[in-house]
Amino acid sequence: MAWQLEWQFCIWLKPLLANNMTTLLIKNGRVIDPANKIDKVTNIFIQDGKIKSVGSQISKADRTLDTKGLIVTPGLIDMHVHLREPGKEDEETITSGVSAAINGGFTSVACMPNTDPAIDNEALAEFVYLQAKRAGKSNVFAIGAVTKGRKGEEISEMGQLYRGGAVGFSDDGESIKNSEVMRRALEYSRMFNKPIINHCEDTDLVRDGVMNEGYISTVLGLSGIPAVAEEIMVYRDITLAKLTQGRLHIAHITTKKSVELVRRAKEESINVTAEVTPHHLILTDDYIRTSNFDTNYKVNPPLRTKTDVQALREALKDGAIDAIVSDHAPHSEEEKDVEFNIAPFGMIGMESLLGVILTELVLKKVITLNRMIEALTVKPAQILGIPKGTLSVGADADITVIDLNKNWEIDPSTFKSKSRNCPFAGWKVKGKAVHTIVKGQVILP
Amino acid sequence: MPKDKVILNQKDIKNILETLAGKIISQLSNEIRTNPMAIIGIHRLGVPLAQRLKAIIEKRVKEKILFGTLDITLYRDDLNTVGPSPIVKDTDISFDITGKNIILVDDVLYTGRTIRSALNELADFGRPKRIQLTVLIDRGERELPIQADYVGRLCKIKQDEIIDVKLKESDGVDEVVIRKKRNRI
Amino acid sequence: MKSEKKGFVWGHKHLLGLEYLTAQEITHILDTGESFKEVSRRNIKKVPTLRGKVVVNMFVEPSTRTRMSFSLAAKRLSADIVDFSPSLSSLSKGETVKDTARNIEAMGVDIVIIRHTAPGTAHMLSRIINASVINAGDGAHEHPSQGLLDIFTIRQKKGEIKGLKVAVVGDILHSRVARSNIWGLTKLGAEVIAVGPPTLIPEHIRDLGVRVSYDLDAVIPEIDVINILRIQLERQRSKFFPTVREYARLFGINSERLKRAKEDVLIMHPGPINRGVEITPDVADGKHSVILEQVANGLAIRMAILYLVKTAISE
Repeated sequence: MAWQLEWQFCIWLKPLLANNMTTLLIKNGRVIDPANKIDKVTNIFIQDGKIKSVGSQISKADRTLDTKGLIVTPGLIDMHVHLREPGKEDEETITSGVSAAINGGFTSVACMPNTDPAIDNEALAEFVYLQAKRAGKSNVFAIGAVTKGRKGEEISEMGQLYRGGAVGFSDDGESIKNSEVMRRALEYSRMFNKPIINHCEDTDLVRDGVMNEGYISTVLGLSGIPAVAEEIMVYRDITLAKLTQGRLHIAHITTKKSVELVRRAKEESINVTAEVTPHHLILTDDYIRTSNFDTNYKVNPPLRTKTDVQALREALKDGAIDAIVSDHAPHSEEEKDVEFNIAPFGMIGMESLLGVILTELVLKKVITLNRMIEALTVKPAQILGIPKGTLSVGADADITVIDLNKNWEIDPSTFKSKSRNCPFAGWKVKGKAVHTIVKGQVILP
Repeated sequence: MPKDKVILNQKDIKNILETLAGKIISQLSNEIRTNPMAIIGIHRLGVPLAQRLKAIIEKRVKEKILFGTLDITLYRDDLNTVGPSPIVKDTDISFDITGKNIILVDDVLYTGRTIRSALNELADFGRPKRIQLTVLIDRGERELPIQADYVGRLCKIKQDEIIDVKLKESDGVDEVVIRKKRNRI
Repeated sequence: MKSEKKGFVWGHKHLLGLEYLTAQEITHILDTGESFKEVSRRNIKKVPTLRGKVVVNMFVEPSTRTRMSFSLAAKRLSADIVDFSPSLSSLSKGETVKDTARNIEAMGVDIVIIRHTAPGTAHMLSRIINASVINAGDGAHEHPSQGLLDIFTIRQKKGEIKGLKVAVVGDILHSRVARSNIWGLTKLGAEVIAVGPPTLIPEHIRDLGVRVSYDLDAVIPEIDVINILRIQLERQRSKFFPTVREYARLFGINSERLKRAKEDVLIMHPGPINRGVEITPDVADGKHSVILEQVANGLAIRMAILYLVKTAISE
C-alpha cells in the first residue's frame, strides 16, 4: 500500500517539475485585479508558476494566450463547497470536485468538513490535501471542524488541524448550538488567526422545517424555517465575536435582518465577515411552488423572499456581505428524486455560479464586474488568510479568463461534478470562464 | 353560404306530437290500469319532447302519466373517444319501472347507440312490461338492430349535412333544419 | 342550482388540489356530483362508465374512510380497484414511492389515488407516470376531494356558497382539509374565518383572503357553517397547546356555545371525530350536524372526480 502511494506521488511530481520551467504570456486582456486596484488592458507574464510581471511590455514565452476582448482576473476562489470525500464518493469526490471547480473558473476551493468521518483532526486535513494533489487541478483548502465529530460538544484540536492545513473552522451543516462552545471556539481560534464559520440557525426553531416559513410554506403545507432562526444565531455570534474578539464568518447569509446585523457589527468594528450564494441572491421560495415541489429548490438555509433577495443584493453591493460562494452541495439523483419532505437539502453551484452572477447581477447592473471579482478573489482570500486572489508579482499564477459575451445554456448533464442537482438547469446565461490557469498551467480548456 | 332548409316548423312539430300521442294512446290505453304507462325522455332534447307528449296524452286520457328523465352519459360506449367529458345530466326516475309500459322519447334516431345505452340503463332500474321508442325524426343509417315504434318523420340527408332540432324550452324556437356541416375545430 | 355552460371543457387529467381549479371548474365537479348522487339512490347502485378501467388506491398514510369512499366510488363506476397500502417504513427501506408508482403503472393502471404524509407527492407522481393521479391528501397541503364534498354539502343545504360565512375551527397549520376548503370556498365567494389558537393558525393564511379569529364565541353568532377540524393529540406534545382540556374549553363545539349561533348553522367535521375534544357527542349527533351527509356526499363527489379525470380531454 505504502509503496503504491509513493509511486503515485512520483507520477504526479514529474510533470509538475518539468512544467515549472515553462513561461506563459497572457496578452491583450482586460486585467481586473481588485487587490491591486488594476483595471486595464495589459499583459501578464508568468514564469515558474509565479506572476513575473504585469505590464505592457511583451517578453517571449513558451506559450502565449491571446485574451483580446476577454477579462483576465486572479483565479476565482469558492470558499464554501462540499466535496463529499471521504464518505459519499458517489455524489462527489475531491477529484470530480476540482474538475467542476476548474470548469466553473475556480482555481481554489475551500471544502467543508461535514464528511464521513468529519475533518476534525490533522490526518484528515492532510488527507484532503493529498487527494487534491493527486487530482492535480485546482487548489483545495481544507476547513476543519469546530467541534469533535461536528457534534457541537467539545472543540476540536484546532491547533493540529491548523498544522494540517486548515484555513478556517466550521461545523457547517449544523449550527453550533451551545453558546459556550461557540465562545470558546472564537477565543481559541484567535491563536491561529483563522475564522470560525458558523452555519447560523436555531435548530429548535427549525424543527422539521423544509423551506422558508411564509406565505408559500403556508400555501404548500410544508413546515417552515423562520427567518428568525437564522437571525437569532447571527445576533448571538456577533455578540460573542465582540466579547471574544475572535474572527467570525457568517456562512450563506439569507435574510434582510441578518444582513442588517452584520452591517451594524462592521460599523462597530467587530471582526465579522459574511458570504452569500447565487441561489439566495437570485431565487425565492416561490420557485418551490411554481415548480410543483421540485426538490432541487430544497436547500438549507432555505430560499427566502423577494425582500430578502433585495437586501442581500444591496449588502453585496455596499460590502456588508464580503464574498460570493456556491455552497456546492452535491446529492445523487436517487436521493433528490423523492418526496419533498425527505429529500436532502442542497444544490450544486460551482459550474453555474459565474454564468448566473454575471447574467443576473452584473449584466443587470446590480453590482459591478469589479465588485463581483473582488467578492470571488481577494475577499475570500483575506477571510481565509490564504496567499491567493491577487495578481501581485511573485504570487502564484492562478488566473481565470472570462468571456463576458459567451451565451450558453446551463445543462447539468455536461457538468464535471458527479451530481446534477442544479436549480439553474435550463437557464440561458451570458458569460463563462474560458481559461482556468493554476500555477501557470492552463487547465481549462 | 347555402341557406338552412327548414323541414319542420312550429306547427309541424305540434301536429306530429299530436299524431304520435294518438298512436300511443290507441296502442296502450286499454292497458293503462293493468300496466300503467310511463314516459321517459332521453337528455337533452328527448326530455322536452317527452314532457309535451305527456301533457297531450294526459289531457286526452284524463289520467296522470308517470314521467322520468334519462341521461345515458354513464352508459356510453364511446367515453374514451368522444373527447371532453360529456356533462352528466340528471337521471330522474322516481317510480318503479317494473311492470310498466315505458315510452322512451328522443329527438333523432340515428346509429341506435344512444338507445342501446338507454335500454341498458333502464334494465338497471327494473323490468318493465314493455319498452317502446318514440322519435321525432328517424334519419336512418343505423349501426345497431334498433327501430322506433312511433316515428314522427322519416328523413334522409346527405353526408355533409346535419339535422338540427331546436325546441322552445332550450333554444327559444320550435323548428328542425337541415344544414351543411360547419368545419368545427 | 345547476347551470349548463356552453363550450365548457373539463381539461384536468389529474386532480392535485383546489388551488389549481377555477370557480367554474369547481362548480362543474359539484354539478357532476349532483348527477352521481342519483346513482346511489338506485336499486342497482352501479353504472358501467369505467368498466375495464383499473384504479389503484395507494395509501402511504393510513386512512379508512377516504380509502373506502374512493373504493366504493370506483366500484359503482364498474372500475376494478386494487388497494395498495405500503407502510412508510417499508417504503423507506429501499423502494421509493417513485419506483412503486412506476411498478404499479407497468401493470396497466388508469388512475392512481395517492395519500401520503409529504406535501407534493401527488405532483411528483403526476410528473412520472401516465395514469391520472388523484391527490387523496398530501401532508398538510391539500385534500381536494374532502374540500369538494364539504362545499357540495354546504351548497346542498344553503343553496349557494356566495356570501356565506364559513368558520374553519382548529389546527389550520397542519390541515390539508382547511387549505382545500379555503381555496374552494373563497373562489366561490364565501368568507372563510380561521378560528383557533395563534399557534395553530399561520399568520400568512390571511394572504389567502381568510379572516382570523382567536375567539370562537365572538364570531359564532355571525357564522353560517362551522367546519371543525380534527385535533391531533400529538400536537400537544409539540407545544402547540398546553392541554387537550384547555383546547376543548376554548375551541370545542358544545351545545352551550351553539345557543348563540344562527338557527340554521351547519356543523361539519371531516372525521374521524375526537368526541368530547373538538366536538361534544350531542352536537355531533344533533340537528345542526351534517357529518353523515358529508360521508354520503363524499361518495358522489368521488365518483364525479373519477369520471372527470378519466374522460378529460388530453392536454
